[in-house]
Amino acid sequence: MIVAERKPFEEIKAMVAGYKRVLTVGCGTCVAVCLAGGSKEVATLNAELQLALGKDEISLGAATVERQCDMEFLAELDSLAVEYDALISMACGAGIQFLAERFPDKPVLPAVDTSFIGVNLDVGWYEEKCRACGTCVLGMTGGICPVTMCAKSLFNGPCGGTNNGSCEINTDQPCAWYRIYERLSAQGRLEQIMEVSPANDWSNQKPRKIIQPGYQERIKALQG
Amino acid sequence: MDMKSGSRLERVLKAGHFAFTGEVGPPRGANVEALKKKISYLKGKVDMANITDNQTAMVRMSSWAAALFCLQEGLEPNYQMVCRDRNRLAMQADILGAYSHGIRNILCLSGDHQMFGDHPHAKGVYDIDSMQLIAMVKKMRDEGKFQGGADIDEPPRMFIGAAANPFAEPFEWRVHRLAKKVKAGADFIQTQCVYNMAKIRQWVKRANDMGLTEKVYILAGITPMKSVGMANYMKNKVPGMDVPDEIIKRLKGVEKKKVAEEGIKIACEQIEEFREMKGIAGVHLMAIEWEHRVPEIAERAGMLPRPEV
Repeated sequence: MIVAERKPFEEIKAMVAGYKRVLTVGCGTCVAVCLAGGSKEVATLNAELQLALGKDEISLGAATVERQCDMEFLAELDSLAVEYDALISMACGAGIQFLAERFPDKPVLPAVDTSFIGVNLDVGWYEEKCRACGTCVLGMTGGICPVTMCAKSLFNGPCGGTNNGSCEINTDQPCAWYRIYERLSAQGRLEQIMEVSPANDWSNQKPRKIIQPGYQERIKALQG
Repeated sequence: MDMKSGSRLERVLKAGHFAFTGEVGPPRGANVEALKKKISYLKGKVDMANITDNQTAMVRMSSWAAALFCLQEGLEPNYQMVCRDRNRLAMQADILGAYSHGIRNILCLSGDHQMFGDHPHAKGVYDIDSMQLIAMVKKMRDEGKFQGGADIDEPPRMFIGAAANPFAEPFEWRVHRLAKKVKAGADFIQTQCVYNMAKIRQWVKRANDMGLTEKVYILAGITPMKSVGMANYMKNKVPGMDVPDEIIKRLKGVEKKKVAEEGIKIACEQIEEFREMKGIAGVHLMAIEWEHRVPEIAERAGMLPRPEV
C-alpha cells in the first residue's frame, strides 16, 4: 500500500489560514489503513483546526471517499465541494492531484506527506519496500529490492560500507546485499548474482502511463 | 608492450615492479598552495597519487581539478570518481575532460553515503554503481562507445581501478565480488586499509586459486596508525574495517610519544610482507593528513627510489 504521514499541525494551519469554509476530504483506502488520512483522521484534524482557529474564523466540513485516485468516487463530492472555499486532501499525492484536477477552481491543500510504498509490520508500523523504479529485479535478488532496501540503490552490492550485516548509514538498517547474499546462498542460487548487473533503466524519471493490453482501443476512443 | 592507457602506474606494473601509490585529499576550498604542498611531499616518492572525490561526502575541490594540479606538479594522479554525486552523463563528460587533459588512471567507487557529510539532505545520485562505472569506462576505452551506445570521437584510454574490501562479511562473497570487478573491466584494485594480515592472506590465496591475480593487479591498502585513539576509532567506528586486537596491544605497549613511530614500524613490516606475497602487485599508502611523513615511510619501507619506466 501507499504509506503517508500526517503533516505537522502548524503547517496545515498555516495553509488553511484565510479560508472561511474548508472541506476536509479523506480517502478510504491506503491512507486509511496506515492511519494517516481515513475518516477517523479527518475528524481528528477538523477538531484540531476548529479548536485552534475558532468558530468565527473557519467552518469545516468532512467527507471521506472510497478512493481519491478514482474519478468515479470524486464525482460524489461535486455537489458538496461547491459550498467550500478550499479543500484539504488527506489522500496520497496521487489522490490530492486527482482531487485538484476534479475541482480546478478550488485551492486543494495537502494534509499528509506521502512517504512510500510499503508493508504493514504491525498496527501503526510500516516499512518501505518498493520505489516503483519500473524495472523489477526481485527475481535476481532473492525477493529483496536493492533499489529500495540498499541506501545507495546498488545493483552489484554490497558496497565497502557493509558492516557485519548492517548498512553503513545505521546499525539498525540491515545491509540489503548482505541479506540478498544470505537468502540466495541458502537457496543455492548464488549464480544469480555472479554476473555484472547492467546499468538500470530509470523509467521513473518521467511521468508514466500504462494501458493494459486489451484496453488500447477503448482508451483511444475515450481520448477521441 | 601493449598498453591500455600508458599511465605510469600501468608501465610500472607491466614492467613487473612492485608499485607504491599514495593519496592526496583536495582542499576544502580553493587553497591551491596547501594542495601543492601535499603534492610536493609525494612527488617522486610514489608512482601515482589517488585524488579523492568529495571523500566522506564532504565538499572539496573537485577531484579532476585537483588531479590537474597534481599532473602539472609532476605527480601522476589517480582520478577518483564516486557514483554518489553524478549521473552517467556527467561522469562520462568528466572522464572525457580528464583524459583530454592527460589524466590516465581512474578509480571507480560507490562513495560514502551523503548522510555522513556536510550536506546530509543532498540527493544521492547512484544512477549507476561502481561495478557499472567500471564497465562504462571499459566500454568507452575498448569499444569507443558511450554507455548509451553511441560512438565516441577519440575514446578516453584510462587505466581502470576499483576498490576491494577483503574483510567485510560475508567473507566468502568478497572474492566473488572481486571477480565481478575483474569481469566488469578493472585493471587494478586498491584494497581497504589492511591490518588483519592473516585474513588478507586467505583472501589473496582464494584470488590466486581463482586465477584473478593473473588478470588484475592488486595493491594492498596501508594506513599507518598515528595513535591508539585512531586505532580504536578504526576498529569500532569505521564500517568494514578489521583491526585485530594485537595491533592495538602493540601500540599500547610503547610510550605515548612513540606510538606513531610504532605505527610506521607496523606499516613497514606489512609492506615487507606484501612484497613477498604472491598475488600482490604493490601497496597503496593512505597516510591521511600525514602526507609529510610519506617520504620517510617510503624510505624506511625500502620503496625508494621509484623505478624509471
